[in-house]
Amino acid sequence: MTKNVDAIVVGGGIHGCSTALHLCLAGLKPVLIEKDYAGRHASGVNAGGVRQLARHIPEIPLSIRSMGIWEKITDLLDDDCSFESYGQVLVAENEEELAVCRARVAELNALGFTHEELIDAAELRRLVPAVADTCPGGVVSRRDGAANPAQATTAFRRKAEQLGATVREGIAATNIRHTDGLWHVDFGAESFAAPVLVNAAGAWAGTIAAALGEPVPVETVAPMLMITSRVPHFIDPVVILRGRKLSFKQFKNGTVLIGGGHLATPYRDRNETVLDWKSLATSARTVFELFPVMRSATIVRAWAGIEAKTKDDLPVFGPSSRHKGLYHQFGFSLHGFQLGPGAGAVMAELIVNGGTQTRIGDLGIDRFHPSTL
Amino acid sequence: MTVAPKREDYDVVVIGAGPAGLAAAATSAEAGLSTLLLDENIGPGGQVFRAISSTPVTDRNQLGADYWVGADLVQTLRASNAEVIHRATVWSLDRNLEIAVSIGGASAFVKAKRVILATGALERPFPIPGWTLPGVMTAGAAQTMLKSSALVPDGRTVIAGQGPLLWLLAAQILRLGGRIDRILDTTERGNYFAALPHAFAFLTSPYFAKGLSMMREVKAKVQVVSGVIELSASGDGQLASVSYVAGGKRETIPADLLLLHQGVVPNVNLAMAAGIEHRWDDLQLCWSPVLDASGTSSVAGIAIAGDGAGIGGANAAVVRGRIAARAAVEALAPAAATRLAPMATLRADLAKAERGRVFLDTLFRPAPQFRIPAGDTIVCRCEEVTAKDILDAVAIGATGPNQLKAYRRTGMGPCQGRLCGLTVTELMAQARGKSPQEIGYYRLRAPVKPITLAELAAVPKSEDDIKAVVRG
Repeated sequence: MTKNVDAIVVGGGIHGCSTALHLCLAGLKPVLIEKDYAGRHASGVNAGGVRQLARHIPEIPLSIRSMGIWEKITDLLDDDCSFESYGQVLVAENEEELAVCRARVAELNALGFTHEELIDAAELRRLVPAVADTCPGGVVSRRDGAANPAQATTAFRRKAEQLGATVREGIAATNIRHTDGLWHVDFGAESFAAPVLVNAAGAWAGTIAAALGEPVPVETVAPMLMITSRVPHFIDPVVILRGRKLSFKQFKNGTVLIGGGHLATPYRDRNETVLDWKSLATSARTVFELFPVMRSATIVRAWAGIEAKTKDDLPVFGPSSRHKGLYHQFGFSLHGFQLGPGAGAVMAELIVNGGTQTRIGDLGIDRFHPSTL
Repeated sequence: MTVAPKREDYDVVVIGAGPAGLAAAATSAEAGLSTLLLDENIGPGGQVFRAISSTPVTDRNQLGADYWVGADLVQTLRASNAEVIHRATVWSLDRNLEIAVSIGGASAFVKAKRVILATGALERPFPIPGWTLPGVMTAGAAQTMLKSSALVPDGRTVIAGQGPLLWLLAAQILRLGGRIDRILDTTERGNYFAALPHAFAFLTSPYFAKGLSMMREVKAKVQVVSGVIELSASGDGQLASVSYVAGGKRETIPADLLLLHQGVVPNVNLAMAAGIEHRWDDLQLCWSPVLDASGTSSVAGIAIAGDGAGIGGANAAVVRGRIAARAAVEALAPAAATRLAPMATLRADLAKAERGRVFLDTLFRPAPQFRIPAGDTIVCRCEEVTAKDILDAVAIGATGPNQLKAYRRTGMGPCQGRLCGLTVTELMAQARGKSPQEIGYYRLRAPVKPITLAELAAVPKSEDDIKAVVRG
């Protein structure tokens, strides 16, 4: 028997969970379908960076919208998601890189964005005392921070369910079809129908979009992370490097997360990744050079989450260009975690109100093919 | 002195130089395959034959004839062309059969056509109140000191638990002049009846006579309390006393050392990190890899032999090692396989070596209260998470060990679940009314053993070092 709901959200990452939650807040009854469990993939195992810093300009409005939600995340979810705000710092390792930083901040200022601030060597040293003396400065986004990704994604899922969302986990959504003006999706022996379908299936979303006639240039990637044993506290903000693939964050318990975008080989359909230790060694070398305090730390664990990366590194976000009632929310290209709360809020506005005040125009799927609606 | 592997590619890489690994490497090398044996310890032997080439215990009776069997295995291996590297910690293995190994503080990468995992067993966690106090240790750790350094306890010592190793250790301690004040036997009364139907096979196995005489030897010298149904350790920052309930009576005795043991379970970390499928074994109450008759796992090219394939004991491990190596030889150099013992002979040897195992597994099946703790008893030592913490997380939505990480950091410390994994699975299964198989286990990740940042940083550079920056 088919169960009628207000919306079907496919994908239990932070985006799907956030959209389901915000649909509930708007008075709708959605169903959320997740093939594994909420936060199983990239949303639950990413670096947890809550970052406006160094973003592509088309997604900055969405990022700023999201930041406002992160800062009141406990009010929304009854869970602090271990969110903390010590800023994020982009380090320039030489004058050339600092010049690029200077130009970037000037460009943002000209566009009316003020969250990124150029800093000199003295301020850099104040924020990140452990950084090598040779670094001439960088950029800081002071409201940025980090959260626990598994905790946050799980909290969104839990709150959505509390507010009336139906959550189905453990079996993939199948047989996605549009008949008689409704979207139909099967979950095992169950079948759901709704006027609205949200494709938030992460690394699997490209397949769904293609099956619905809207192929997108998207690949499956798996950025690697590694975490160290506990070391004495030496750093508060999240640090990223201008010129090298490195991001760096010390948690309250002393462990240090090292990331930056080196990729593992994903085996999407087996839910598996094979790590590339030679690339992780590059990250280790960079940390070794820049933070002598880390040299004796041990690497306790390394992993990679599976996600989707588009050709232009921008998400596919907004209504379908082909089908009524279909919305896409995927392809966040290694920087989707911070956007989750805001994207869910905006997606709910698009669905319920037919529009939003947040500027998302450059993120639509129609950038890949002409509108046919 | 430490040496790096001589080549980058091998026909067969064997990991672990216990009974299975020693036999596998010797067999593979004997057939002419390029063979590398990597082992974490300073010498061959694994746990059972620990320090077989170096033990200061020279009176053969003290460690027993079964121990000295290891010397022959080592000799056979040394006579072969296998390359053997000790103090070599394998910290990564993936489905492409790429192996990362740390030797003397430097990492090397080797690739194999076949990998034989012989990573053996670990002691089952024994999470009773106070088990994390200094002064409480596992029987296995005590045996390690005994074999490698001839060290035996001289303070007030209590041994608690069950299983063949417990009696073997007690006998060895006594023979070396060590002190044992009391043995608390936690074997459930009901297990004797459950095991009865399997007794015939056991009576005709070599374990029977040896086991019986060892228990007699120990019981003649030490007070043994059987039917212990409750057990706890206490003390202020250091073990001071052990309390137990047996025969309806509670007793507390002062103690300086408590040795705990309730059997061994496969050491699955490397196999699981390589993506090998495991299933819950309802008899042995642990995860065992899914293997065919030759020990071949779900990942092409990787076989598992020895106790890592499911607990079978040292004799079975030796045969399983030979079987896995023979299968590798059949695949890589079929002509050379004729030099080896026929598979049918090996399988008959294995059946013989495994006789009596079901009896032991049934008799020494640990009781639920010693596997599934309650209240403030610590489950995860690395992160100090109690049983109650885990049940609280289940109550608000944690469904399995991996989901639990969103609530508690269990399994995320340096031990990667070795000391808490089974407990967490069984605790959550009980709380949720599911089977352990449905609840699952931690997803394990390399490095399976921690490596230093400096060591990883010293790994040779790759080509894509200098690529465009992608922000994470």
